Amino acid sequence: MSGPVKGGATVKARAELALNDEFLRKAVRFTTERLRNGKKKASEEHGNWEEWRERGRQIRLHTIAHLDYYLNLFVNNARANGVHVHFAETAEEAVKLTLDIAKHSGARSVVKSKSMVTEELHLNHALDSIGVEAIETDLGEYIIQLAGEMPSHIVIPAIHKNRYQIAELLSKEAGYELPPDTTALAGFVRKKLREKFLEADIGMTGCNFAIAETGSMVLFENEGNARMVSTVPKTQVTLMGMERIIPSWSDLEVMATLLPRSATGQKLTMYMSGITGPRRSGDADGPEEMHIIIVDNGRSLQLGDPEFQELLNCIRCGACLNACPVYRHIGGHAYGSTYSGPIGAVLTPSLNKNIAEWDDIANASSLCGACYEACPVKIPLHDMLVYLRRRKVESGHGNKLESIGMQGFASVMGSAKRMSGIVKLGKLGQKLVAKDGEIRLKLGPLKGWNTYRVTPSLPKEAFRDQWPTLESELRNELREMKPDMLERMKQVAERQKQGGGGGHHG
Amino acid sequence: MKVSLFVTCLSDNIYPKVTEAMARLLARLGVEVSFPPGQTCCGQPAYNSGYWKQARESALTLLDAFEDSDFVISPSGSCTGMIHHYSKLFENEPEQLERTARLQSKSYEFTQFLVNVLGVTDLGAVFPRKVTYHPSCHGSRILGVKEEPMRLMKDVRGLELVPLPFAEDCCGFGGTFAVKMADISGAMVTEKAAHVLETEAEVLVGLDMACLMNIAGNLRFRGEKVRVMHLAELLYEGVKGA
Ligand code: SF4
Repeated sequence: MSGPVKGGATVKARAELALNDEFLRKAVRFTTERLRNGKKKASEEHGNWEEWRERGRQIRLHTIAHLDYYLNLFVNNARANGVHVHFAETAEEAVKLTLDIAKHSGARSVVKSKSMVTEELHLNHALDSIGVEAIETDLGEYIIQLAGEMPSHIVIPAIHKNRYQIAELLSKEAGYELPPDTTALAGFVRKKLREKFLEADIGMTGCNFAIAETGSMVLFENEGNARMVSTVPKTQVTLMGMERIIPSWSDLEVMATLLPRSATGQKLTMYMSGITGPRRSGDADGPEEMHIIIVDNGRSLQLGDPEFQELLNCIRCGACLNACPVYRHIGGHAYGSTYSGPIGAVLTPSLNKNIAEWDDIANASSLCGACYEACPVKIPLHDMLVYLRRRKVESGHGNKLESIGMQGFASVMGSAKRMSGIVKLGKLGQKLVAKDGEIRLKLGPLKGWNTYRVTPSLPKEAFRDQWPTLESELRNELREMKPDMLERMKQVAERQKQGGGGGHHG
Repeated sequence: MKVSLFVTCLSDNIYPKVTEAMARLLARLGVEVSFPPGQTCCGQPAYNSGYWKQARESALTLLDAFEDSDFVISPSGSCTGMIHHYSKLFENEPEQLERTARLQSKSYEFTQFLVNVLGVTDLGAVFPRKVTYHPSCHGSRILGVKEEPMRLMKDVRGLELVPLPFAEDCCGFGGTFAVKMADISGAMVTEKAAHVLETEAEVLVGLDMACLMNIAGNLRFRGEKVRVMHLAELLYEGVKGA
């Protein structure tokens, strides 16, 4: 992945930039909170959210398990509808196919609706290089295109900018001052883009879902621009990841319930378009020629990999970003790739052969599991982050100092005796630095921690040292157990033995 | 029935009072506890960092120590949660897998054991203070401990529970994360502590000393006096004075 990566080679360096940018942090907090609350409300109102989440997960699991079958079905049906279907194994192939279509149709300009795959391929740069103007028509995408940046959120590309920054950017484009008012700004962009729509030779879209049984594709959006992109220009090119497939329209009902609610808290987006082939005689509008480019670019690496196959279930709703406490503080650009947040931290290394050589991105998580809890198709991203770390260590790319430390950990924690020995040494050592039960020293391994906190010092005696005394005290304090309590304990113990688990969840 | 304390390395070496409070509360309820001394650490620091071979060495001490226990009770949702990752950790060692399943089925976080096994929520505690509660991520998300502490606190006389804003957001601890990504972790704990202060509570309570050490560390760093306690400590203090 080569993309314009802002501000440094490591996630730490990029995160530092973000942490020092109060505007960015405030903008990200503001919008993720709005989206997060929206989702919470929408899923509560739905009433049966957990059940539908499981249905969504099952549909995705089933589809990906039989991806070759459903892809085939989709392609055959799309071709029967008159669509030119192409396959691209790599990003380069996908770009070349797109440029060939543009050259062949003599295109001079392309209007695009929001598509993360085209971002992943850096298509705008490629089109530009052959003299074809590519214009983003989604408001957020248009803003970051003007700013020359990557999207910092998979649903809200310009989430890191506040309206003052946006007004400044658009004023420059307009050549006169625009007020920092969302309606006015959107109005300006709409007018500006109207001309572009009419001029454009190609309309380029992504695809939220591709329906195998009819060879159709479905787009969710709020601005109406995707509908324009897919109806006005003569030629339509759709780029989609190979995993976008779902079997049928009835499966779409489940997905259409999960996606907008998870993404923005809406029951349904303002527009949902189903597109089945180019314009037929009698159709009022639609492109004369239609292409679909199905992109692999590292996705098939996850197929058949039990630890990562579920990544292909992702419906790119962005809920994991909005729930993530790390994303909240560092925004999307710190992830250094097209895809950001928890899904990006797993997807980026995975698309690049599942080895986290890709920077330290898998380490930028506290593994709190908020992503998993938010995900409408229950992808265990927090577990995958650990698998990535393990693969990095096992492939010999682990941090040298950390490996030594972990050897030490194993040797100390492999035996209670050695653990006690080390703790006793620590007690001697801390005499120099501890005061009033606290250590404030900002040196060595304590530097990072003590920049924001104080460290408690070790108590005189560990629990295990106190145990002999405590045990005899407990014997004196022991009361008689109530019979019903004893009965419950016995029942649970019995259930545990039968492998029924201990009724952990009440 | 043998009920064993899984002290966790953190409570063993830094916060012995927490497990002590837990043991004393259990004794008052008539539960006799044992402490198998062979136990060390659940292995989470190594597991989460990707050093699974090293994690297994540590995890084995638990499998051995609790072999013949009927119940294993810990003061940490995160460490008990880690036991549930053992099936993955030992996936290529069939003889350990079986022991792993047994340990999982008998392991409980402290409030789970009180509420779901013993069926008690009212310990007769009195604690007339304004309290806020931070639900630690692993306990609430991996083990599903959400209602249990709420029910226990509801039955404490005089306790006024003030909701913590953004309670479900991680405090930024994350084990080695706090060291490796110190500035991100620092931003997270700074915000968490600010939310605690916003509540104007006198006491912050939780179920996991790692998270509480993190938040308390930041509060002290700022010179704030909010008392930070494990729920077991709060309950024990509450029954002692009652
Ligand atoms: S991983 Fe889940 S929550 Fe995140 S974008 Fe994909 S579907 Fe949405």
